[in-house]
Amino acid sequence: MIQATTRTRHSIAASTTRTRRPIAASSLLIHLVLVLGACLFVGPFLWMILTSIKTLSESTRVPPVILPAVPQWHNFQDVIATLPFIQFYVNTIVMTVGRTLGQLLFCSLAAYAFARIEFPGRNVLFILMLSVLMVPPQVFYLPQYLIMKDLGWLNSLQALIVPGMFSAFGTFLLRQFFLGLPKELDEAARIDGANHLQIYWRVILPLAKPALIALAIFTILWSWNDLMWPLIVNDSVNKMTLAVGLASLQGQHSTNFTILMAGALLATWPMLVMFVVFQRYFIEGIAITGTKG
Amino acid sequence: MSTTEVKLAAKRGAKVERPRKSHRAVGGDLFWAYLMIAPLMIGLLIFYIWPTFQTFFFSFTKWGYFGTYHLTGLSNYQLLLHDPDLGGALINTLIFTVLSVPASIALSMLVAVLLNQPIRGVGVYRTLYFLPAITMPAAIAMVWGWLYNGDYGLINYVLSLIGIHGPRWVSDPHISLYSLILVAIWGGIGYNMILFLAGLQGIPRTYYEAVSLDGAGPILTFFRITLPMLSPTIFFATVISMIAAFQVFDLVYLMFPAPSLVIDSTQTVVYLFYKNAFLVENKGYAAAIAVLLFMIILGITAIQFQLQKRWVHYV
Repeated sequence: MIQATTRTRHSIAASTTRTRRPIAASSLLIHLVLVLGACLFVGPFLWMILTSIKTLSESTRVPPVILPAVPQWHNFQDVIATLPFIQFYVNTIVMTVGRTLGQLLFCSLAAYAFARIEFPGRNVLFILMLSVLMVPPQVFYLPQYLIMKDLGWLNSLQALIVPGMFSAFGTFLLRQFFLGLPKELDEAARIDGANHLQIYWRVILPLAKPALIALAIFTILWSWNDLMWPLIVNDSVNKMTLAVGLASLQGQHSTNFTILMAGALLATWPMLVMFVVFQRYFIEGIAITGTKG
Repeated sequence: MSTTEVKLAAKRGAKVERPRKSHRAVGGDLFWAYLMIAPLMIGLLIFYIWPTFQTFFFSFTKWGYFGTYHLTGLSNYQLLLHDPDLGGALINTLIFTVLSVPASIALSMLVAVLLNQPIRGVGVYRTLYFLPAITMPAAIAMVWGWLYNGDYGLINYVLSLIGIHGPRWVSDPHISLYSLILVAIWGGIGYNMILFLAGLQGIPRTYYEAVSLDGAGPILTFFRITLPMLSPTIFFATVISMIAAFQVFDLVYLMFPAPSLVIDSTQTVVYLFYKNAFLVENKGYAAAIAVLLFMIILGITAIQFQLQKRWVHYV
């Protein structure tokens, strides 16, 4: 009996030592594949950065110059001299913040009612809201544009912000999260005499931080990178966003790639920095929509 | 995102069940509920629900200058059938979707499986692979336009080192669509990789222990455990990626800036929608294109939901 167990122990020990070496070799192989892949993913970004500080003649030399002889920082000033990029930053930030705050407020209020209150008409309203998710955004753009035109909002910051403040996706995401919170919390608060708005603000919202952060990150990314809607409503240069500004920079400097790369870098660095700093939230946010949504 | 998430959640038996009925009805429930829902619902009605009906209506109209329009019956839809531009755009969009989505899904699954191994530096790799997913598509298009440049682009230089004379990636009409597809695959891996990593972490370790006791190697383990257990995530990622692929616009708009000689071989359905709605003032026809796009996406998503019964395993 004892012998039998020691024998199995031995065989287990033997098998682990036998497999350890292949694991080390295979992990080397995995690193090799991943490093090669990483080069493909980081390479274009590095090339963008390097090109943005080269002279025009350095950028078009064959074989290519890797590092510029003298970093041409003035390329960025040239971009800003061509187009009001500072104004683009302001417009993009205002649009992003406006949409995000709007969605956080309106979606969470509605999600609370859908998840925590039983009321006549709830299912009808919920299905109506979900049906919006099925429609591709291009179906909305033409009528939305006409609304903006009728309101006199073309070439305004409101046009960038207001339609993006309401989201069926955001409401659904938050509702799913709110449903998972224990019902006893509300009941305890109700016994203390709290009304729904108080329960929403003091009980539910503090507990829903991961979902709120996920929604905020989605909205920020979507707004910052959005091209089509800002392109449709704002064509005057001082109301453009960074994405539209890039398109217009390309229209003016279609062959000067040092200027174009400097512009691309100016437009993308805030999201890149934000991602590196808040990486965990980005990744958890996506995972939430993939598994809980 | 889209409805698919809703249906998927329902499929998984996730929290789609109704909230439990409360024992204590609170006075004014109805008042509070409508007060809290009203801001969102009014916004959705004005900017999303009513516009959907309007677009359907506009698809039966013809627009003149100064925003006047009149009903023309089905003529926009008849034009859809005979318009060579639209036929081309549909074929471009289909090729784009059929090639970019499976490649992106397969590669992101490969990366996720590799990153799920007990190796060092997983966090660093994950960050690097995810960078394109947070980068503005407009900027991605410009950077790749530069890498693809026929005369001074880095890609053709690297190819010349191994004796290949690189093609004109963005100005040769036979190649430009495939250049676009490569960029879309590159940009799509990061997001799907995160989905797959979350999916992989949801597979119970005991399953792997069970097959390893049976002496299964890594390949067999992948096909017997990982792939079936990951099938709901594969389905989700495929549906989301296909919907996004049918709506591609930013990359086309900036990789092939007007006036581009290759636009006929790269323009997509949404590009054609934008052109007709806002550049050439053909708003009625643009509305018909939007309705067509809606129907195609709805149809393909419905087919996917039918087919998934055969291959998706829900635990």
